[in-house]
Amino acid sequence: MGEAVISLRNVSKSFGEVLANDNVSMDIYKGEILSLLGENGSGKTTLMNMLSGIYYPDHGEIKVNGNVVNIREPKDAFACGIGMVHQHFKLVDVFTAAENVVVGIKQKGHFDLREVAHGIREICDRYGFVMDPDKKVYDMSVSEKQTLEIIKVIYRGADILILDEPTAVLTPQETDRLFNVIRNMKKDGKTVVIITHKLHEVLSISDRVAILRKGAYIDAVPTKDATEESLTEMMVGEKVELNIERPEVKDKKLRLKVEHLSCYNADGVQVLDDVSFDAYGGEILGIAGVSGNGQKELLESVAGLQNTMPGAKISYYAPDDSGEHELIGLTPRKIRELGVHLSFVPEDRLGMGLVGSMGMSENMMLKDYSEGHSIFTDNRKPRELAEQILKDLKVVTPGISTPVRRLSGGNVQKVLVGREIAASPAVLMTAYAVRGLDINTSYTIYRLLNEQKSKGVAVMYVGEDLDVLMELCDRILVLCGGKVSGILDGRSARKEEIGRLMTTYGGRKEKG
Amino acid sequence: MQGFISLFQAAVFFGTVIMFGCVGEIITEKAGNLNLGVPGIMYLGGISSLAAVFIYEGSTDKPSSAVCVILALAASFAGAALGGFIYAFLTITLRANQNVTGLALSIFGSGVANFFGGSLNTLAGRFEQISVPVTSAAFRQNIAPLASLGIPGQLFFSYGFMVYLAIILAIAVQFFLTRTAAGLNLRTVGENPQAADAAGINVTKNKYLAICIGAGICGFGGAYYVMDYIKGTWANDGSIEKLGWLAVALVIFATWKAKNAIWGAYLFGVLYWMYLYIPGLTRASQEIFKMLPYVVTIIVLVFTSLTNSREKQPPAALGQPYFREDR
Repeated sequence: MGEAVISLRNVSKSFGEVLANDNVSMDIYKGEILSLLGENGSGKTTLMNMLSGIYYPDHGEIKVNGNVVNIREPKDAFACGIGMVHQHFKLVDVFTAAENVVVGIKQKGHFDLREVAHGIREICDRYGFVMDPDKKVYDMSVSEKQTLEIIKVIYRGADILILDEPTAVLTPQETDRLFNVIRNMKKDGKTVVIITHKLHEVLSISDRVAILRKGAYIDAVPTKDATEESLTEMMVGEKVELNIERPEVKDKKLRLKVEHLSCYNADGVQVLDDVSFDAYGGEILGIAGVSGNGQKELLESVAGLQNTMPGAKISYYAPDDSGEHELIGLTPRKIRELGVHLSFVPEDRLGMGLVGSMGMSENMMLKDYSEGHSIFTDNRKPRELAEQILKDLKVVTPGISTPVRRLSGGNVQKVLVGREIAASPAVLMTAYAVRGLDINTSYTIYRLLNEQKSKGVAVMYVGEDLDVLMELCDRILVLCGGKVSGILDGRSARKEEIGRLMTTYGGRKEKG
Repeated sequence: MQGFISLFQAAVFFGTVIMFGCVGEIITEKAGNLNLGVPGIMYLGGISSLAAVFIYEGSTDKPSSAVCVILALAASFAGAALGGFIYAFLTITLRANQNVTGLALSIFGSGVANFFGGSLNTLAGRFEQISVPVTSAAFRQNIAPLASLGIPGQLFFSYGFMVYLAIILAIAVQFFLTRTAAGLNLRTVGENPQAADAAGINVTKNKYLAICIGAGICGFGGAYYVMDYIKGTWANDGSIEKLGWLAVALVIFATWKAKNAIWGAYLFGVLYWMYLYIPGLTRASQEIFKMLPYVVTIIVLVFTSLTNSREKQPPAALGQPYFREDR
């Protein structure tokens, strides 16, 4: 093992009453790819933010190349050769790539963007990126933005790169490309730290894995000696069964019949094309597809949040045998009252469904305050509900009145999903429910979905991870280009088959 | 023809006051702070310049024009920048709500200025009306040989130096914001303070500087109003306040670009004074015409929102406080 480029000694940081890092001491070695692994809220991002100058440790010391340093500002971090790519990109939308790269770098007066563009091209050639220096950020895809962030820190001369959950929003192909770039960086002598909780990525990319649990440093192991099971155990502190249950379907009842559903988005592009399928109570229907192929619009159409084209029919058969309800034309609130619930976890978790400055209990109230019978709000029931979710989903928070934006990302998500499940719906639609969640919490969510299934709820689950879809779902509907390219049995489907359907428009192989 | 010339001139006088206010406010808003205290700050700038030159002109038998001008501008800048500093301290350091703080500053500025304006009038004695003849004359001195060039002279060269200073300042601010590294840094602070911080830019320092300098430029508008527009006197009639609000509206009209503030300011002037040149208006229908600048601003706002152009939007983090360790 080489020399330590960064040594942390007894570093602690707390936010108000939340202790994010507790006496962490660890080393990062020169030229290695280190994975920093831990559950949500285990303090990975906070720890790295102290290296990049966003936070300042309450106590403890940081050594870079053997010298004690005082990183008070991001500027100080750059001076130490440390650059961090944050999970939430720090880019200015209305600037070009080159402007974003050059901003904040000390220069005199007039600046030359052509020189910057030249520097960007050089970095691209060296590590295998593709980036147009004159492209505006608002025209970029998520993966392009991330590329730009990485270029930005390399342009500033960073030798130690910290990537915070870089793959959370990438497709598998984009992830592969990113990993190639990271390997090129390693060859170039750079040190890379990746914050992640996707175990298979940890095993495939890193040299060493460091594990944090509840803000404390547990241990670091060479990746070659680690397995998914051993890492999970260190991360969670107990053995976790890595198999998803799939109880047999019983009492299968038709709940939702969707026929000839088409819809266009705001830009006039057709996002759903003649989609027809049934959803049954007591089963989990998985929806697979490359992100952006109509999954979101499909769920939103059912929830009444999209304008559908004439000719579509969405029939809902309520469990109380009140017969058939046509959902198209009803308001989202009416559809909710009938028992069709949607929980969508957007890329920005607070963006949809929760109010950041409110506490858990007030957020519980948001969706059904209208059920009250007087002009006064009833605080008791939401508080009970919040306490129950806190207990069931093990949300890490100082209390149910703490504003949810103070919670870590994964805990915010637990609140969001927990609220929809707690409303005991007849049809539960979730999109990306485990996006960015660690293993333990993900399995809690799967268990909750299975619980709903056994209660006779029709669960629709839009997921990104094919392995999970194949283990969890009874049937898998595959979307491609807004069209259903196939509905497979979850028990017999093969991964290759799903992958092929995901890229085959309308279920047939495209010719030419 | 004479009617057109006098409308044009009235529009230039009017436009110059709000151009200063608008350019100052553009710098402030580019740093992500919506300062609704522009009217109050213009008041502070006006009263500071008036008080300074009143004391100077009273203290010497032969006041020098150059000293008067420099003193007036320096005092207005300092007085207004102090108002900006109060706003900056409250909104940046104490993270108070920007809108509330700005509105409070407007009321504070107008109260302070009118209190001292009244006191100065009393001090001036005999006629109960203050006057600073030397300074006012210096401010109103036109470009003599060019001003007598017939119609072009009357249209373009019959004004005091502040009219040209406003245009130069607007062009300079435009250049600063779009072409310099410091301008790029400042825009980053207003668009995305997190990004600016992560890039090693001192967000607090940039905001403080932008707000104080922006306020100082607003103050020039107040000085120009007092020295040239109302000829070196003080009026407790609230007309600076009216102009201050129009300056804020002009920022939106100019889509946060200083170069647009130049023609926008004159257009506002034309629209504002047009009622005097349209025959057959009653007192009531005059008021409808006085609304035109605001109506045009609303129309521009509607159109820029409809076209959805990313370049014409306000700075993305406008109005939001920034605290690094918040999450």
